[in-house]
Amino acid sequence: MISTKRKVFLFSFMGLALVCVGLLQSWNVALAIFNMCIISAIMTLGVNIQWGYAGLFNAGIMGFTIIGGLAAVLVSIPPVEATWAVGGTNILLGLIILITTILIAITVWKKTKSLERYRYLPTILIIIIGYALIRITTGPAIEAIENTEAAKTGYLGGLGLPILLSWIVGGVFAAGVAWVIGKITLELRSDYLAIATLGISGIILYIVKNEDWLTRGVKNVNGIPRPVPYEINLQNELWFQNLATFINVPVRDFSTIFVKCCYSALFLTVLFFFVWLSEKALRSPWGRMMRAIRDNEIAARAMGKNVSKRHLQVFVLGSAMIGVAGAMMTTLEGQFTPMSFTPLRYTFVIWVMVIVGGSGNNLGSILGGFLIWFFWVESEPIGIWLISSTTGILADNHPVRVHLIESVAHMRYMTMGIILLLVLRFAPKGLIPEEKL
Amino acid sequence: MIGGYGNANILNDCTISVDQGEIAVVVGPNGAGKSTAMKAIFGMLNLKQGQIVINNEDVTKLEPQERVLKGMGFVPQSNNVFTTMTVEENLEMGGYIRRDELADTIAQIYDLFPVLKEKYHQEAGELSGGQRQQVAVGRALMTNPQVLLLDEPTAGVSPIVMDELFDKIIEIAETGVAILMVEQNARQALNIADKGFVMVQGENKYIDSGKALLENEEVRKAFLGG
Amino acid sequence: MVDILNSLTLLTNYIIIPGLTYGSQLALGALGITMVYAVLRFSNFAHGELMSFGAMSTILITWLFQSYGLTFGFLPTALLAIPFAATITILYCLATNSLVYEYYREKKIDPTTYLIISVGVLFFTAGLIRFIIGPDDRKFNDGNRFILKAREFKELTGLNEGLAIKTTQGITIGITICLVILLFWFLNRTRTGKSMRAYSDNEDLALLSGINPKKVVIITWVITGILATVAGALYGLDKSYKPFIYMYLVLPVFASAILGGVGNPIGAIVGGYVIAFSELIFTFAYKKVAGYLLPESLAPTGLIQFLSTDYKIAVSFVILVIVLLVKPTGIFSGKTI
Repeated sequence: MISTKRKVFLFSFMGLALVCVGLLQSWNVALAIFNMCIISAIMTLGVNIQWGYAGLFNAGIMGFTIIGGLAAVLVSIPPVEATWAVGGTNILLGLIILITTILIAITVWKKTKSLERYRYLPTILIIIIGYALIRITTGPAIEAIENTEAAKTGYLGGLGLPILLSWIVGGVFAAGVAWVIGKITLELRSDYLAIATLGISGIILYIVKNEDWLTRGVKNVNGIPRPVPYEINLQNELWFQNLATFINVPVRDFSTIFVKCCYSALFLTVLFFFVWLSEKALRSPWGRMMRAIRDNEIAARAMGKNVSKRHLQVFVLGSAMIGVAGAMMTTLEGQFTPMSFTPLRYTFVIWVMVIVGGSGNNLGSILGGFLIWFFWVESEPIGIWLISSTTGILADNHPVRVHLIESVAHMRYMTMGIILLLVLRFAPKGLIPEEKL
Repeated sequence: MIGGYGNANILNDCTISVDQGEIAVVVGPNGAGKSTAMKAIFGMLNLKQGQIVINNEDVTKLEPQERVLKGMGFVPQSNNVFTTMTVEENLEMGGYIRRDELADTIAQIYDLFPVLKEKYHQEAGELSGGQRQQVAVGRALMTNPQVLLLDEPTAGVSPIVMDELFDKIIEIAETGVAILMVEQNARQALNIADKGFVMVQGENKYIDSGKALLENEEVRKAFLGG
Repeated sequence: MVDILNSLTLLTNYIIIPGLTYGSQLALGALGITMVYAVLRFSNFAHGELMSFGAMSTILITWLFQSYGLTFGFLPTALLAIPFAATITILYCLATNSLVYEYYREKKIDPTTYLIISVGVLFFTAGLIRFIIGPDDRKFNDGNRFILKAREFKELTGLNEGLAIKTTQGITIGITICLVILLFWFLNRTRTGKSMRAYSDNEDLALLSGINPKKVVIITWVITGILATVAGALYGLDKSYKPFIYMYLVLPVFASAILGGVGNPIGAIVGGYVIAFSELIFTFAYKKVAGYLLPESLAPTGLIQFLSTDYKIAVSFVILVIVLLVKPTGIFSGKTI
């Protein structure tokens, strides 16, 4: 049992660090970090369910984050009518063909067991035909869509629904994709599962980068609607101006802080919901069974537990959480930028969070999410401060100093590596280890 | 020797010895500690008390590799060949610890096991069970050991192959090598043994010549199935 | 007849030669992963960064040589730099081994934890590389650019289509052949190489035979360092050096290793070429080829392309996933080095 003291100490340290940033840099920065900390914490909760509870190594976190972000675009952006007019029907037709092909392929796969070694031939044939049909129907339509005001739209847009809905949709999308991925990869050995999911998340990234008709690709989707008021509108509201004067903060500063606080409130709600859910799951018979499977899969199988089904459940659940977090992140940023996704930042940093925080422990994962995100952002200013104070004897324009200051942004990778290796060596169970229940 | 894993003593005060050119066989029921005794002799298990002596030299504190240099050869019960390497490479690896030319020793082993000479270029994993055992024994002989330890060499091979293997073992003993083996097939093993040890719960219950043990009424009843 | 020759030239120019080049680079990378897997028994996620590290060292030493006015005639100076760069990379590998990996090998930790540890090394190496050389594009290719220029080929043969062979392509293929022969000679003919195979095959028996695991591990890292440096430098030489690209390159490299059967060097090589050719075959536009081969009335209007070239690397991801699903042990399963 980990002492409550330790938990309190670690979380107060985290809070203090954020307050320091608020005092030394600005409250805006502190809140921005805090918001991303919460999102990171939700992602780590998702990964923790998969890894900590069930021992599944998911290296495709980036993929589920992207899917969540895509959901935010598809739900909230108003439909672009010009592009729907030129290519909408064919795209829908393509979608129908896609679904039909998959259904036929699955049926054929199931019905052709008798063919044994040549079983895959008819299925592959059907997939090829389906793919060709899709290319024929959607090819010209995609070109037409992408050429319609390419600089401004050039894609289909979304449904124009409230953005908050996309958080749920993002979770559902991610769950759906996770179900498909899980169905085909979860039987693999753990390191192969990692490589497979890493590969699949790469494929997802390539799709959103290149299917401009859906996502605008590298041109990014900007101006995603917000669930909270805009700063400029707040500044014009009388009650807001009065409130600002009352607490003696300039209206402009207060508006940005206020908006960030609104996000924090929304995010915290989601975080609390997921923590409650995860804790409940952890302490339920289901959670006990998961851990039993993780600790001794063979024994669990022998006792008649359906291990594959449980693994699939937990994989879908964890991925859904990551999807929700992805949608939240895109909402916070107000834009969807496929180019910004890299496995290092969106998969492996999350892993560092889970390991450092303590896999198998929800509080630990949250702490890891907060702590690592904090260092990810703050290692740059801390690095600059360190370099300036240690290279003080060198002239300001000394090449060594200039080079160090220029490359300080890359300190964060090294910091992550060192933190991860140190924790694995000296506290392999993380800062707040798993508790025996 | 007294020893075991953790706190449980699997070996309780048992003494095993073998002289040059002799075949000594350790038999006994399952769980008697036969394989453990073997591991202790070879140094894969630390003894709590007692000592291992070879040629009047105490080797109790030495690592297995160092015992090889002192003249011990060991054939483990399972996974005792490099399956993805050829027969010849297996033999070469057996003599890895030697710094001198291996060709003569390899030739001697081919004389002993002609079938290996035929298959010298085949991967050991492709050979039959009996041939694999020959490779395993050959590998252990590469260091020209004075004592050869065999852990159930006939496990999982057919009776005909077993007879053949025992013949080979006698041949090896005739060259002056001391052979100590643990066997499940007690009757056949005692038949060729100069000395037999019957082990029960980590103790030597009976020590005698192989023939005498086979004729011993009690031993026959209890361990040889009548 | 001329049409057939023209289309063959087209295919050689756009698929066969680039495929052989890229395939060689993947094969060398995959061999590195396979060596680590065979001896240390884990999937080294940091291998892409190791290649990047090797390429970076090559660039730095090339610059140093160039600053002294030292070049290699019509060949790239980088070739002179590679041996030195490999030495640096080997030292780096050995440092990570003794500071990080060795502790866990002695504890006999499970492969998944090992994999997470390699992620830590990946992060550190990625940061170190960007810290030293920065995240930007670096070109370090000098010497003659072409062995055979497209124009020369056209003049020589009188065909419509040109065939160009870049110096880097020739070098890549040549060096790969030499290195692979050397590696196989080492593994199959030398005492040390055989002891490595023995250790990989059966650790316990290798220990009984007096093979020193520490020595085997060190030699593995030496070989891995050489392979990673050559693969990384050749890739950078051929396509310009971008530090971030190696994070993506590691997946086709893994795909090659797994396709051939992890731990099997022949598999790694075959896998490398299969992956490289699949990437090119699936993303090549066959319009021109069809234009030569088909009668005019049937000439295609579209590009006849399975996938857009943007999906080039994605093809290898797909193959990777399919291999893992259909035959996770790879083509040459069950054999290691």
